[in-house]
Amino acid sequence: MKEPLIFDLSSPGRRACSLPAFDAPAKPLTELVPQDCLRQHDAELPEVSELDVVRHVTRLSQLNFSVDTHFYPLGSCTMKYNPKINDRIASLPGFANLHPYQPASTTQGALAAFDLLEQTLCQITGMDAFTLQPAAGAHGELTGLLLIRAYHTARGNPRRKVIVPDSAHGTNPSSAHLAGYDVVTVPSNKQGEVDIEKFRAVLDEEVAAVMLTNPSTHGVFETNILEVAAMAHKVGALLYYDGANLNALIGLARPGDMGFDVVHLNVHKTFSTPHGGGGPGAGPVGVKKALEPFLPTPRIVRNAADGTFFWNYARPQTIGKMRSFYGSTGILIRALTYILAHGSEGLRRVSEVAIINANYIKAKLKDLYDDPFPQACMHEIVFSGKRQKKQGSSARDIAKRLLDFGFHAPTIYFPMTVPEALMIEPTETESRETLDRFIAAMRQIAEEITTNAEMLHNAPFTMPVTRVDEVKAARELDVNFVKREP
Amino acid sequence: MNIPTDLKYTESHEWVKLSKNNETATIGLTDFAQEELTDIVYLDLPKVGDEIEATTECAVVESVKAASDIYAPLSGKVIEVNQAVLDDPALVNEDAFGKGWLFKIKLADPAELEELLSDSDYEEILSEKERPDEDEDEEK
Amino acid sequence: MDYIPNTDADLSAMLREIGVASFDELVAAIPASLRKFKMELPAALSEPELQRELGAMASRNKPLDALTSFLGAGAYEHFIPSAIDALVSRGELYTAYTPYQAEASQGTLQLLYEYQSLICRLTGMDISNASLYDGGSAVGESAYLALNAHPKRNRIVVSSALHPEYRQILRTYTAGMDIEVVELPTRDGVTDLDALAAATNENTAAVLLQSPNFFGCIEPMQQAGELIKPKGAWFVAVVNPLSLGALRPPGEYGADLAIGEGQPLGIPVSYGGPYVGFLTSSKQLVHKVSGRIVGRSVDTEGREAFCLTLQAREQHIRREKATSNICTNQSLMALRACIFLALMGKRGIREIAELNLRRSHQAADAISRIPGFALKFPHAPFFNEFVVTCPAPAQTICDRLERDGILAGLPLGRFYAGMECDLLVCVTETKLTGDIERLAESLSRAASQKV
Repeated sequence: MKEPLIFDLSSPGRRACSLPAFDAPAKPLTELVPQDCLRQHDAELPEVSELDVVRHVTRLSQLNFSVDTHFYPLGSCTMKYNPKINDRIASLPGFANLHPYQPASTTQGALAAFDLLEQTLCQITGMDAFTLQPAAGAHGELTGLLLIRAYHTARGNPRRKVIVPDSAHGTNPSSAHLAGYDVVTVPSNKQGEVDIEKFRAVLDEEVAAVMLTNPSTHGVFETNILEVAAMAHKVGALLYYDGANLNALIGLARPGDMGFDVVHLNVHKTFSTPHGGGGPGAGPVGVKKALEPFLPTPRIVRNAADGTFFWNYARPQTIGKMRSFYGSTGILIRALTYILAHGSEGLRRVSEVAIINANYIKAKLKDLYDDPFPQACMHEIVFSGKRQKKQGSSARDIAKRLLDFGFHAPTIYFPMTVPEALMIEPTETESRETLDRFIAAMRQIAEEITTNAEMLHNAPFTMPVTRVDEVKAARELDVNFVKREP
Repeated sequence: MNIPTDLKYTESHEWVKLSKNNETATIGLTDFAQEELTDIVYLDLPKVGDEIEATTECAVVESVKAASDIYAPLSGKVIEVNQAVLDDPALVNEDAFGKGWLFKIKLADPAELEELLSDSDYEEILSEKERPDEDEDEEK
Repeated sequence: MDYIPNTDADLSAMLREIGVASFDELVAAIPASLRKFKMELPAALSEPELQRELGAMASRNKPLDALTSFLGAGAYEHFIPSAIDALVSRGELYTAYTPYQAEASQGTLQLLYEYQSLICRLTGMDISNASLYDGGSAVGESAYLALNAHPKRNRIVVSSALHPEYRQILRTYTAGMDIEVVELPTRDGVTDLDALAAATNENTAAVLLQSPNFFGCIEPMQQAGELIKPKGAWFVAVVNPLSLGALRPPGEYGADLAIGEGQPLGIPVSYGGPYVGFLTSSKQLVHKVSGRIVGRSVDTEGREAFCLTLQAREQHIRREKATSNICTNQSLMALRACIFLALMGKRGIREIAELNLRRSHQAADAISRIPGFALKFPHAPFFNEFVVTCPAPAQTICDRLERDGILAGLPLGRFYAGMECDLLVCVTETKLTGDIERLAESLSRAASQKV
């Protein structure tokens, strides 16, 4: 049964909320504000009861896959379990019901939490200072590149270019462009790492930054990272770390020690904050000392005399602000809770198990799916569905068919360097049994393709809807419900 | 693959049809390009009066999973834009060399015609092509 | 405490299946020099310890429950219906991924489509995206959009009565671009239209006005639009969505973009985030709009079905040529706004907006009767915030009221030179007559206190 739109449920006069009566003499509104400032026609919001809304949203929720209900082997997205304690802590009125402009004397707990989070992130990444302001990973990237721009500008030349590998996330070139840089793409070598010779060929003193993620989006460690860092620094370029894949490295290696000057993290990946169907996230940015003066304003400062915290806005070299107030507090508190739950040993174990889980899947599937990078993988494995494509089913077909087995699809067609890419990231929070069921499903699908590739073109078969007509969606754009056609 | 012999081509898969005296040119996307792009859902074309410069980006074509720049095959001033394809981009898929034409220009420099490819040159380029990948689904 | 189900025995068995003797073999590619560091974090805590330690941290704060707050200035204390928390904490919504796999995400997709539709109805605009980070970054994104849709223009004109943090974000966002940002002065609390006319030229990509503006005053948006249109610049209205239950929507005064902070729609103040930015536009700009958009379509069997659409604008396809780099947005916060608007409904949204209008005017009347206090802009209409000129520095007044458990408002001296005695007071429907009387009494006492 299709759940109607909220607008279909509307019935004149029905309502779902009550508000306090105005208990003072009520003047006509036109005596408060001029008539031409007032709304003449009510906004056509639905008229529904509270139960209508509750059933509507609950029923719709049941059409979703989610981490709480399904395994998401979604490469590059780190869809780990989101511990419930995180939400409980973030919802405490002491955090959730604070106004951002309250005096610091009434927010010492929040400031202490932010300060502690900054310190722990410095420890985890090997950086010197963190800002918690960016609202998501891509926002962190833009922040990081604007910091790099400010750093070079202060040295007399903002420089012109940013180097990104061909396997980079789309946000890397996009962020570099918005920060005013030309993007230079450097190809990967056969091992899935940056091709050092080609890198050398594009590196010069007009390069402001080199953006890398390590492990790369091929799921392999950049073994030349120290050489790459030395080469970049030699021409005065800074090294930028895209934290998308940090779940592979906590406690094992730190971007700061590899020579990275700026990093962004995705707390909704590494630090277990929920994806929420596409946000909110948070994208803290860490820097080495030389870039600290440029961090967004304000910064938390601890008063040495009495140990109290306050916000410092007096930062002459700051790049300014990336969003209003201080950051996504509710999300940052969740990340802090997660970090404090684990401690150093616990976090190292997170990465260890994430790596073992990924290699286990690799070992169990590499006979059936092409494995372009034969070395051990880190926290994720990139297969190529080339063989299956030749047999008549695309990576998309495999992804859609997996839904029928109760597994979310892997990331597909990314990285773009691998044809028919199937990027699988199990995370540390999945049990061996779940991995075995997933492996069995992938093996069965490979088998189905050899016998009946055609069938997969229509997958999935068990979802609330079959494949959605995306061409119609784009050509006959309907993004705002007006009314039902009679 | 359909490659009409009375047209000129570019490496970036535009076709050019010249008027008799080489004063104006009609420009479109080749059959190969529309097939690569799959179902075209949107076109962002230059406006009448715009000056475009050969080999630079002058328009964008979008399918569900891809976006491509269209490069000006020749320099000149845009004199007509095909309103029908703006209203119904599927025309490019259905009839790339006919009803799916994109815009017309008045040539600024007929010497540039030397740079265009003949149908047989273009066919040779196509024979070396491999089909590229689709989209990516990942997130920050 | 960790959340790893595999035991040491599981892991040993898995390592055997992988064909390595130890975990270290799997990470042999990491240079030894990189593995020498020591990570110093506080010792791991069990769940009861987390509750206790972080609970203690939370209790060092004094939340609004324990205070009477008249703070607004971009973050507003409003009624939040209980159903919102109950619904958005469902794991199926809360722990779902971005709805790229449409078949497994119809719930999130339909709700975001409903969000877009509700926001369009509220603003009177044609198109809404599925959310941005917050009101401030929506201002930055609107500048990117405007410049992208006017590639030959390089001036952004903005009122100095736009939220000071939003203006700062605008400058930071555009720091790498060759553009100029021109700020307009105000007169009597609203943007100086003569200055607007003078600053808006054929090189202007967009003009940004906030209404109600940072001082709470309702701007002459109709007249401003009439000055902007002939120059071909995009008219960007930054609006408080809750105010639109009672105030004229941007779609009626010709805004090309209507954007803003969606926090008033059912999202807790939460010390500044997470919030939700909304971005709406007229039809002609739909292909330039940044962020995700959900479309209504059909599946292969002809049933109504939803999917992300117009993705070719986005960074994951267009990379450095994308209209924006935004990827993760604020879906769950948009969902809160969606549920809030559905629960309020056609009558409730008007009632709550009118209550804000009435309470703020009630408070403004009461305060302006106190000797020494006066409305700074007595002729400008306002919604739920207004500026009061105090008989002493506003910070001093606030410090005194804090002792009574009252947050009197935001002293404006921190953002505007020369406004050290001015206080921005916000009064929403959460305040009752008794609260307003307490504020007035406390202010009156504070004014008479000797330093």
